[in-house]
Amino acid sequence: MKKSTRELIINLIALSGLLIVPLWAQVTDNPFTITLATKVAIFALAGVGLNIALGLGGLVSLGHAAFFGIGGYAVGILASHAQTYEPLMEWPFLIEGTKLMPIMWVVALVTSALAALVIGALSLRTSGIYFIMVTLAFGQMFYYFTISWPAYGGEDGLSIYVRNSFPGLNTLVPLQFFGICFVLLIICLFINWRIIHSTFGLALNAARQSQERVETVGLNPFRMRLIAFTISGAITGLAGALFADLNRFVSPAMFSWQTSGEILVFVILGGVSYLCGPLVGAAVFILLEHYLGGLSEYWHIYLGALLLVVVLFAKGGIIGALSGKGAAHG
Amino acid sequence: MADPILETRKLTKRFGALAANEDVSIDLRSNEIHAIIGPNGAGKSTLIKQICGGLKPDSGDVLISGETVTAHNTQQRSARGLGRTFQISALAMQDSVLENAVLGVIGRLGKRLSLFSNALKNSEFVEPALKALEQAGLEKQLDYKASELSHGERRQLELAIALTLSPKAFIMDEPMAGLGAGGTKQMTEVLSELRFQAPILLVEHDMDAVFALADRISVLVYGRVIACGTVDEIRNDPAVREAYLGNAA
Repeated sequence: MKKSTRELIINLIALSGLLIVPLWAQVTDNPFTITLATKVAIFALAGVGLNIALGLGGLVSLGHAAFFGIGGYAVGILASHAQTYEPLMEWPFLIEGTKLMPIMWVVALVTSALAALVIGALSLRTSGIYFIMVTLAFGQMFYYFTISWPAYGGEDGLSIYVRNSFPGLNTLVPLQFFGICFVLLIICLFINWRIIHSTFGLALNAARQSQERVETVGLNPFRMRLIAFTISGAITGLAGALFADLNRFVSPAMFSWQTSGEILVFVILGGVSYLCGPLVGAAVFILLEHYLGGLSEYWHIYLGALLLVVVLFAKGGIIGALSGKGAAHG
Repeated sequence: MADPILETRKLTKRFGALAANEDVSIDLRSNEIHAIIGPNGAGKSTLIKQICGGLKPDSGDVLISGETVTAHNTQQRSARGLGRTFQISALAMQDSVLENAVLGVIGRLGKRLSLFSNALKNSEFVEPALKALEQAGLEKQLDYKASELSHGERRQLELAIALTLSPKAFIMDEPMAGLGAGGTKQMTEVLSELRFQAPILLVEHDMDAVFALADRISVLVYGRVIACGTVDEIRNDPAVREAYLGNAA
């Protein structure tokens, strides 16, 4: 069997698995499992965002928590203003809170994209270890800013009293909220797939391998990377918005460097630059957290061991190993 | 007389006390192959880098069709018509031969960079790429990864990418290096025809190929052009024989 066919089959199994598990949980009346599946979908979405920067652009960002957190706080802040009926601002134009998810998603996408554009414009002037450090520094800036910003809960975070609404659906029903997250994941996977095969994707992918080559044909690698980083940040921001609604709570922890690290782990575990790598990685992460977390508080030790095995012996992550393709790039 | 396609005026580049290039003035005219020869360390690579934009000269200018491009970076010079091939292959090694060539077409059509149009299913990109690969003799290796190609085939791919750019001038850094006898012969035939498509500035160590191909030769020694002329003039120039060719020629 062709290796790309095998990858396609793995992708279909992963996606249908993510769909079947909560449906089955619905039948057996197990809402907790649905919540776990929702978490997988949201983390996978955050990973899909990072994978556009990391897999295609070769940009190791340790600051994607910034976008995850911005998406989350966009939802938290808008919801809190809707709760109190106090507008966010009255001048020069009126902005009021809202409880409508689609509006919140747009706000989350736009704000995290803007943040990624600014952070990218500054950090993409560096590369390698310096890029990792600069993105980490930006993430930490947001983290400490939210801790010391009393207007929206500071260190204590901000509660969302009722899950926000989506026209025609009851988002309080776990399966319906899962459905929303699943559909958004599919849409973003589709966008990612189209980008990979686009002229932009081909050029960005080549820029990762040989910057000189891309410049010599007259293309601007910096500009391409900035566009990729912005799209990447926006998708991770959308994931943050959904995460806020899943927990009905946002806190500075969303901005912490551990969050950035976890998003990186999803992608590396599943397989960098593989379309469904983040999904497989996030699913394994949640399963480990659930089952090993029951055995020991220190389950991260096992996660660390697994990560070592993957990085040392299966450089293409789980999908790379299962499809026989190995590292999609070295 | 019309402006030369490519011209350098008194290019000078020093690394500390070492003058890698000093007052290098050369030009490239239509339908010619202008070869740059010189012993190792003569400053050929430094010259190429300054022409293509990777290295900023200390003084002097680079002109493309009479327009000064000294302040322009690599990608701007490429957009103005320079098609470069590298001494050490600069390819997207994990991409297929076809993808590498399509990259060149994408570069030429630069402003149409799209997030959604499928690069390999769009004839606007694929057809010029296929044509260039055919001209370079790689039409049978389309699906190979660049990393799977032999050394000689990578040279051909370098050439194919340069062809997709439809440049005004080719800058070729040792296109024969590492090719076998057959490969050198084939490349010589391709380049010989190519000069009528766009002139070629050729840096090459293979003297047989240079003497077979070049309309003019400039000899670079210790960063200076010590002679410039036709093949016969260079062969018989005593300074060149002294400095470079020894008694072998």
